[in-house]
Amino acid sequence: MPVKTEEMILNMGPQHPSTHGVLRLELLLEGEIIKGVKPHIGYLHRCFEKHAEAMTYPQVIPYVDRLDYLSSMYNEFGYVTAVEKLLGIEVPQRVEYIRVIMGELQRIASHLVAIGTYGADLGAFTPFLFAFRDREKILSLFEITCGARLLYNYIWIGGLSHDLHPDFVRLAREFIPYFRPKIKEMNDLLSYNKIFVERTANVGILPPETAINFGVSGPNLRGSGLKWDLRRNDPYSVYDKFDFNIPVGEGRMGTVGDCWDRYFVRILEMEESLKIIEQALDQLPEGDVTSAIPKRVKPPIGQVYARVENPRGELGYFIISDGSVNPFRVKVRAPSFISLSVMDELCRGHMIADVIAILGSIDIVLGEIDR
Amino acid sequence: MIYDFLLKLTGSEIAAGFIQSLLPLFVFILPFALIAVLLERKVSAHMQDRLGPMRVGYHGIFQTVADILKLMQKEDIVTDNSDKALFNIAPVLVFTGSYAAFAAIPFSGAFIGSNIDLGLFFIVAVSGLVVAGILMAGWASNNKYTLLGAMRSAAQVISYEIPTILVIITIVMITGTLNLYTLSELQTGHFWNWMIFGGPSTGLIKVAFIPFMIIGFVIIYISTLAEVNRTPFDIPEAESELVSGYHTEYSGMKFAMFFLAEYANMFAVSAIVAAVFFGGYQSPFGYLGNSLGISWFIPIEQFFWFTFKGIFFVLVQMWLRWTLPRLRVDQLMALCWKYLIPIAFVNLLIVGLITVL
Repeated sequence: MPVKTEEMILNMGPQHPSTHGVLRLELLLEGEIIKGVKPHIGYLHRCFEKHAEAMTYPQVIPYVDRLDYLSSMYNEFGYVTAVEKLLGIEVPQRVEYIRVIMGELQRIASHLVAIGTYGADLGAFTPFLFAFRDREKILSLFEITCGARLLYNYIWIGGLSHDLHPDFVRLAREFIPYFRPKIKEMNDLLSYNKIFVERTANVGILPPETAINFGVSGPNLRGSGLKWDLRRNDPYSVYDKFDFNIPVGEGRMGTVGDCWDRYFVRILEMEESLKIIEQALDQLPEGDVTSAIPKRVKPPIGQVYARVENPRGELGYFIISDGSVNPFRVKVRAPSFISLSVMDELCRGHMIADVIAILGSIDIVLGEIDR
Repeated sequence: MIYDFLLKLTGSEIAAGFIQSLLPLFVFILPFALIAVLLERKVSAHMQDRLGPMRVGYHGIFQTVADILKLMQKEDIVTDNSDKALFNIAPVLVFTGSYAAFAAIPFSGAFIGSNIDLGLFFIVAVSGLVVAGILMAGWASNNKYTLLGAMRSAAQVISYEIPTILVIITIVMITGTLNLYTLSELQTGHFWNWMIFGGPSTGLIKVAFIPFMIIGFVIIYISTLAEVNRTPFDIPEAESELVSGYHTEYSGMKFAMFFLAEYANMFAVSAIVAAVFFGGYQSPFGYLGNSLGISWFIPIEQFFWFTFKGIFFVLVQMWLRWTLPRLRVDQLMALCWKYLIPIAFVNLLIVGLITVL
């Protein structure tokens, strides 16, 4: 009698230690080999887009914080960029510089979480705590700026809620030489570790064509070797005034576009962010940060799409205005959502353990996917 | 010897044997587990810029006691669709496997639970019981994650026993004994008589042995690490993949049994490494008892040295655990079958040739 074998369905999540939130992955398994992955989302759905229609434009900002809770500053940055474009207002130079500094600090903080949790997913727990130790320093910087550590409501339409704390520039300057050696430490501990490389190199290869077809952006796209960064390709704010590189995946440990490349692009980006912060602190102009804040935000009838390079990729806001104080529609193009859609493509033929490695390497935040 | 002493004290062979068999549990395993759990938490904390437990007692020294009290009070949950009989036996079996290994471990010249001639083989064989317990736990829980964890664990433990045994055979070829007491007595004197430095042999042969002994040590250390499921080989309980592997569904004291077995096992394998390669209970510098002329002091010193060596290797295990990421199943198997076993074979062959010469 022939032995009957069948594929097994394994639900990974929603309560699972490494689905980075409440994500359920339906895995179709043959033994330990993945035949297909179906992500089930919506466990964190909070009706953000519907809520936004009932809010005035400035009232949406705290909600935007909660989308991708690891990069709240950048979500605000993107949203106000869109509304300012709709309103057609110019913001003072100082505001732009502070936004860039905050945005880049946020990028480092966000990448630290991505890198740290990635190590934890692969069984290395110590890098995770090292990353959080350094992130703590950045959160303290945010705390003295606006009083909050995670959800800031700091970047307002036309300006900022507060000017910088008098100590901020000094502390931020101290942070840069503190943090540079920590990147090297992370490389020694994790990036070049033989076991880590074995686990991530040649795993979950994302070819550039597939990445473009799915609309993947950010470090995941750059990990596939494409030099595409909105800060350079479609400059917004004052990003055209800084000198920085755009790191791309080179396939140093395996094939271009594997998990290690995506991981290492984030390490390199932290270095570049430090460069930007350094230059922005040097050039920081004086001025009033609240002068351009409009008393009443009532944009003309029309629609706008603005996009920024969030730590996870292209974060776009599509806003339709019907001329009232409430937006008619706010649509978010969430980079994590698009990155998650490529999971099935990446996982097929790999093993269960690789699902964790791949999911960690595309660095999703469920708050943004479910909205 | 302890047995004779107990026999004199109680006057009954049964009572003496009974007390002696319980000694390692109460004198060693339980206190060791208490200390090792705390040590692990403190060591990992200080490696990671944290403080670790600080609340219960001075610097948290009573943390594990508090944990055990908590575990004892917890509800003993048995899931509805589990195989109840197997579910209950599994933790006992796992613990028995690691406890039984302590019977043959030579803590000192005067205290070996059972001084049997096949001591080394007994330890390796009885550790195999653990696999049965793990498989039972995984199957009986009726949960896909536990089953996967159990299967991985069984495959891993069985595979890595082969290089362990190959290395042990290498030692047996040189010393001609499987008795751990004799083996330790052979390595007496100073540390250059330890097996890692060529053992009791002399002259050119001793020098020729050293590189192969070091290779043997590395192989046996890696494979024992895999046998006790520690990082980088903690695949059966890979937290980020399989929640916590075969003991996911266990709670309360049954969970504590698995935990206790894990720490007992950690020491057991370290003890094998110490006994085989690092002179067992022998002091590296000679005995204080000898120079002072107090003969009863020597076994106590020996106990100290053995525990010291064992705990040293346990600390190395902890160090590795908090530094390295985890391998993948196929990489783990590849490491065993493609590298460790062939190298162990060649090592065995060369050592055999040297012995013949």
